[in-house]
Amino acid sequence: MAIRLPIYMDYAATTPCDPRVVETMLPYFTEKFGNAASRSHGFGWEAEEAVEYARTQIANLIGAKSDKEIVFTSGATEADNLAIKGVANFYRNKGDHIITCKTEHKAVLDTCKRLERTGFRVTYLTPAKDGRVAPDDVKRALTDKTILVSLMLANNEIGSLHPIREIGAITREAGVVFHCDAVQGVGKVDFDVESMNVDLASISAHKMYGPKGVGALYVRRNKPRVRLVAEMDGGGHERGNRSGTLNTASIVGFGKAAALASLEWREDAQRLMRLRQRLRQKLWSELEEIFLNGADDPYRLPGNLNVSFAFVEGEAMMMAIKDVAVSSGSACTSASLEPSYVLRALGVDTELAHSSIRFGLGKFNTEEEVDYVGDLVVQQTKRLREMSPLYEMHQEGIDLSTIRWAAH
Amino acid sequence: MAYSEKVIEHYEKPRNVGTLDKEDPNVGTGLVGAPACGDVMRLQIKVNPETGVVEDAKFKTFGCGSAIASSSLVTEWVKGKTLDQAMALKNSQIVEELNLPPVKIHCSVLAEDAIKSAITDFRKKQSARKEAAE
Repeated sequence: MAIRLPIYMDYAATTPCDPRVVETMLPYFTEKFGNAASRSHGFGWEAEEAVEYARTQIANLIGAKSDKEIVFTSGATEADNLAIKGVANFYRNKGDHIITCKTEHKAVLDTCKRLERTGFRVTYLTPAKDGRVAPDDVKRALTDKTILVSLMLANNEIGSLHPIREIGAITREAGVVFHCDAVQGVGKVDFDVESMNVDLASISAHKMYGPKGVGALYVRRNKPRVRLVAEMDGGGHERGNRSGTLNTASIVGFGKAAALASLEWREDAQRLMRLRQRLRQKLWSELEEIFLNGADDPYRLPGNLNVSFAFVEGEAMMMAIKDVAVSSGSACTSASLEPSYVLRALGVDTELAHSSIRFGLGKFNTEEEVDYVGDLVVQQTKRLREMSPLYEMHQEGIDLSTIRWAAH
Repeated sequence: MAYSEKVIEHYEKPRNVGTLDKEDPNVGTGLVGAPACGDVMRLQIKVNPETGVVEDAKFKTFGCGSAIASSSLVTEWVKGKTLDQAMALKNSQIVEELNLPPVKIHCSVLAEDAIKSAITDFRKKQSARKEAAE
């Protein structure tokens, strides 16, 4: 069978909707269009019922005890903001210290930076070389003024999984609220708010084959009950945590995506791990001087393969494989001209950060696609290295770190 | 980011990729940029010492598509030019020819630096030889 181009291998950026999700959503745009907050007629009741059903589906996926603990938002960025600012502002009298990690998503880091400008103190932990935070480092960073620890389940760039269970045990014992940005990991790896002692968790529908523009914040209601100051003022929807008319159709789709993930994630994860292993095998068997960024299994997202191809700049690589959608930690892909802050926090050489490519495999990728991409990347790496002065110097045995480069 | 057709054309069929003998007295080598910045260009020219005309030019570049295209274009341009003509080359000409967006202007600056540095290297070699002969 001929391969169909372009190939999508950027599932960490977003996923297509599962057709079963779309099908479930459709009636809620037309016949079942009611406002879930309308208490006075059947249109409203119907929408409310659909929303509550989705809430249960999502609660089940993450092991929440009550569906009342799910607060719908516009996505995970809003959920992160609501969690962090909400806790900071509610518990301000109790303390002013927050702990997070340098490799968190910008929705967490920039929220923390904003809080710093209003007088909070934030500790940004440095992860190990494999991208994982050590539970002991969290423990050591705790003070009697600490009110929140915010750490992600899985890193979006390198796929490393933080030891959430161990950290949850520490924060629970210390009586500190634990927020987990679970966007990349929910529906892909084991995640259970009860056994992991997570108090707040951000989730996004479009990373798990649901629609864009909808997400949720899990807010623990019992042992301990977590309180938030809402960001959005208005009609007092979502138990006062998030005002605004609910996006019924998307919420229904989100719920369906969660239900499908509950049933299928283990099988999908195994298949993705096999595909990723196949790609890795291909690259490592045919190329020298390539490096894995992030952790090895079992501490890595099944679909993530982040590789630095030394002597080849990431954007040039993406151009060379233009029929394959991937992403890069190269500076050239950002407006800032700085390479990935995640890779730099891991201590990856700046040069290798510029040379990194993230392959994000997902459930619609096939073995044929993986083989095609593997062959193409091998061939293009060789072509670009023939064009690279650094590769030539490397072959001549010159240690690139001994050269005095003119900065520009 | 969308690339101009000319960038893609040079990137896919780069002209004059390769290496000249840097020990040759008639070869000038310019190595500019830094791996940590994500761009390194090496541009080499072979000059006829009698006429001062660039007879051959080669490059190798570590960098994005625009950096590769800029260096490829420059090697094409300097061939057949006198050193003074080559020295007068401006990065704005590269920007214009390749339709580089603002975020890629540094690629053209680097290419200008590379050719200047190659010419300077050649001239240094020549004067060192002259001194040695005297």
